Amino acid sequence: MTDPRAILEMTGIRKEFPGVVALDGVDFRMFPGEVHALMGENGAGKSTLIKTLTGVHGIDAGTIVLGGEPVAFGEPSQAQHAGVSTVYQEVNLLPNLSVAENIFIGREPRRFGRIDWSAMRRRAEVLLAGLDLHLDVSADLGTQSIAVRQMVAIARALDVSARVLVLDEPTSSLDAGEVERLLKVVRTLRDEGMAVLFVSHFIDQVFAVADRMTVLRNGKLVGEYRIEDITPVDLVTKMIGKELEALEDIEEATHRHSGGEVFLRTEGLSRKGAIAPFSLEIRSGEVVGLAGLLGSGRTELARLLFGADHADGGTLRIDGDPVAMRTPRSGMAHRIAYCSEDRKTEGLVGELTVRENIVLALQAARGWTRPLSRRRQDELAARYIDALDIRPAAPEALVQDLSGGNQQKVLLARWLITEPRLLILDEPTRGIDIGAKTEIQRLVAKLSDDGVAVLFISAELEEVLRLSHRVVVLRDREVVAQKDNESLTPDEIMAVIAEGSGT
Amino acid sequence: MTKHRLFWPVSALLALLLVDLIAKPSFFKVEVRDGHLYGSLIDILRLGAPLILVGIGMTLVVATRGIDLSVGSVVAISGALACLHLSGLPDQDAVGGTVVAVGMALGLCLALGAWNGFLVSVLGIQPIIATLILMVAGRGIAQLITDGQIITITSGPFRALGSGYLFLVPVSILIALAVFGLSSLLVRKSALGLLLEAVGGNPEAGRLSGLRSGRLTWLVYVFGGLCAGIAGLMIAANTPGADANHAGLWIELDAILALTIGGTKLTGGRFSLGGTVIGALLIQTLTTTVYTLGIPDTATLLVKALVVLLVCLVQSPAFRDRVRRRRRPVPATESARAVEVSA
Ligand SMILES: Nc1ncnc2c1ncn2[C@@H]1O[C@H](COP(=O)(O)OP(=O)(O)OP(=O)(O)O)[C@@H](O)[C@H]1O
Ligand SMILES: [Mg+2]
Repeated sequence: MTDPRAILEMTGIRKEFPGVVALDGVDFRMFPGEVHALMGENGAGKSTLIKTLTGVHGIDAGTIVLGGEPVAFGEPSQAQHAGVSTVYQEVNLLPNLSVAENIFIGREPRRFGRIDWSAMRRRAEVLLAGLDLHLDVSADLGTQSIAVRQMVAIARALDVSARVLVLDEPTSSLDAGEVERLLKVVRTLRDEGMAVLFVSHFIDQVFAVADRMTVLRNGKLVGEYRIEDITPVDLVTKMIGKELEALEDIEEATHRHSGGEVFLRTEGLSRKGAIAPFSLEIRSGEVVGLAGLLGSGRTELARLLFGADHADGGTLRIDGDPVAMRTPRSGMAHRIAYCSEDRKTEGLVGELTVRENIVLALQAARGWTRPLSRRRQDELAARYIDALDIRPAAPEALVQDLSGGNQQKVLLARWLITEPRLLILDEPTRGIDIGAKTEIQRLVAKLSDDGVAVLFISAELEEVLRLSHRVVVLRDREVVAQKDNESLTPDEIMAVIAEGSGT
Repeated sequence: MTKHRLFWPVSALLALLLVDLIAKPSFFKVEVRDGHLYGSLIDILRLGAPLILVGIGMTLVVATRGIDLSVGSVVAISGALACLHLSGLPDQDAVGGTVVAVGMALGLCLALGAWNGFLVSVLGIQPIIATLILMVAGRGIAQLITDGQIITITSGPFRALGSGYLFLVPVSILIALAVFGLSSLLVRKSALGLLLEAVGGNPEAGRLSGLRSGRLTWLVYVFGGLCAGIAGLMIAANTPGADANHAGLWIELDAILALTIGGTKLTGGRFSLGGTVIGALLIQTLTTTVYTLGIPDTATLLVKALVVLLVCLVQSPAFRDRVRRRRRPVPATESARAVEVSA
């Protein structure tokens, strides 16, 4: 089984957490000059395998051989020194430091023993330019969007000369153009002889870049395949252990017209520095998609409707009455729910349980003096764990111990139980496997049939188009077009987005 | 069983008691003498009561990612005001006057807690700075109240708070028990506990879920002030009198220590009132043990620090993980090579 050409060979890896066997006898190997995709459903054990490699977790059994030498890293920094550079799924950067500092922290360029700030900024700019990202590298990272943060983490990993580069869902927040640039960089590194581990739930990206793939299911190895020996349909079947049901029926459902009453209407609503005045109408039962590039103002628009930020101009009407949307509580009082794109810092409370996270918004709305009974909480948690297939199905598990995709589902559950009239979903399918993604899309279609208005934001245009009755296009923090979705195509939307961007 | 979050603090407490038992076989003896319970264990509970109270208040504050450094000064102010009023009474033994004294003191402490809460939740000052103000100014206020003197009192009803007995049991223990029982009920039977943990665990997520974090924050500082106030009365009753310089000195640090031992993290979020009580008892037992063992005064602080360090170490997941990994049967060459590669 050992292959002398392999740069990394993990054999019989086992990792148990209290109550879960996350990895059970997994073999995994990588070759120099190859991109190796690690595939599997949410909770299959991909991130855990990566963390056992880099020493975040110790292993309970198995061996890891790197460059011919057995290794057992006690800490991620040791792995890094040994030439394994990693971008973790839950990007861990420091929001209070600048972009440049985040890239170079721990290995700042020095002159005469002092940190050479200007060299650091220059090198940061060059690195980011390599990813086609041009921004003020002395700005605080915390002020940047999630996608920029993801790019910064990638830039940080690229700067160390590594033998093995590990990217755990690097593209989950990126739009099509950025993904293309990233894949280009990955190919270049591969051609230079680096071994790249790539995790993604986007099957097309995987087929576009990978040379080889390993599939995990429920912590067990399903198999290793060369890319030319497997088709996308086979791959999905291997990942989920059965065939994926088709999405056709959703398409039918959403293209039926929704003739509900106007639920929310804005006139010239705006916030300085965030979004230019826009007028928008959302009807009950209507799915409105927001399309636009990163930083085009999609999230900013959504936050004004919910009261996460408050507007400084224009009016907002609900059921025809003007409303001052000052705080999230005002949004909630009008039965608006907002599922943030940033589940880690704006969504979940990691050290609380799945149940507690699910009931949080409902409980907050009731106030602390009117507690939901424990029975009711258990009921709600059980119902949504089941409906969204949250795994493991353990309401008392800590949310921070769940896999990324399952955390996303918990956040969604929190808002679904508030039975909103308008549900704002900002990148709800980020990091979610294709099986679950289909489920969420189906859910959106069903909510819309039941008369719930949905504002749907996603970097994936296909998804926006599949679900939305109407698409609102944003560019440079401005609404530039609103189109009824009568068989719109991604290219048409891209054309609107690109219009005028050259000038 | 080691998974239970109170496993380590409780074991440490039991271990200490065992040491005491070995050093002094009569340590566990509790007897009834003229209608009172007597014994070393009772003493630990009685002397630990103020710390338990302050610790309970501090735990809720810490749960919201805050900290209250002013509790020691509030303890002093509470005792000072009550004693000042009592000393001016024609008949200190009058129950009415004592009630007024207690009421005034607790009222002022509520106001001081509200002041802290205002600075933190309305003005947005960092808790450590906001409460530092009252920590420093508060001692001064207490000294102003007592005019720099130690006010001694004779009031029987008041002294009962510290050294009285009810149904054989010292009143101070009953008070601490009552506050612990009520606050546990309040926190776990209402949704307060969950909401506080959410505020501290992830403030922005809490805000976007519609939590009124400002109000909740305010509430915990007021409650912290109240707990410190009761503790202050207890200490003054035990003295009996008001010593503005020394009453409650450093109690904020002991309280922080107690809750840390009890498994509440200073970074906010999950908290355990029961853990804090265990932590406070551990600290008090430690003090008693040091005396029982006859460790010289000069070494007392060092011994205390060592034990506390030990308890904190065994509780630290990072430390335990290290020990566990070291014990994992990795062939010697393998771990040696790992170091080589990483070097
Ligand atoms: N620290 C932990 N404590 C307990 N269980 C954990 C911990 N980390 C992961 N798990 C569990 O291990 C399993 C594998 O999780 P992992 O994060 O590796 O999944 P994944 O394949 O990366 O999924 P995703 O696509 O959602 O990111 C899950 O069941 C998860 O709940
Ligand atoms: Mg993962």
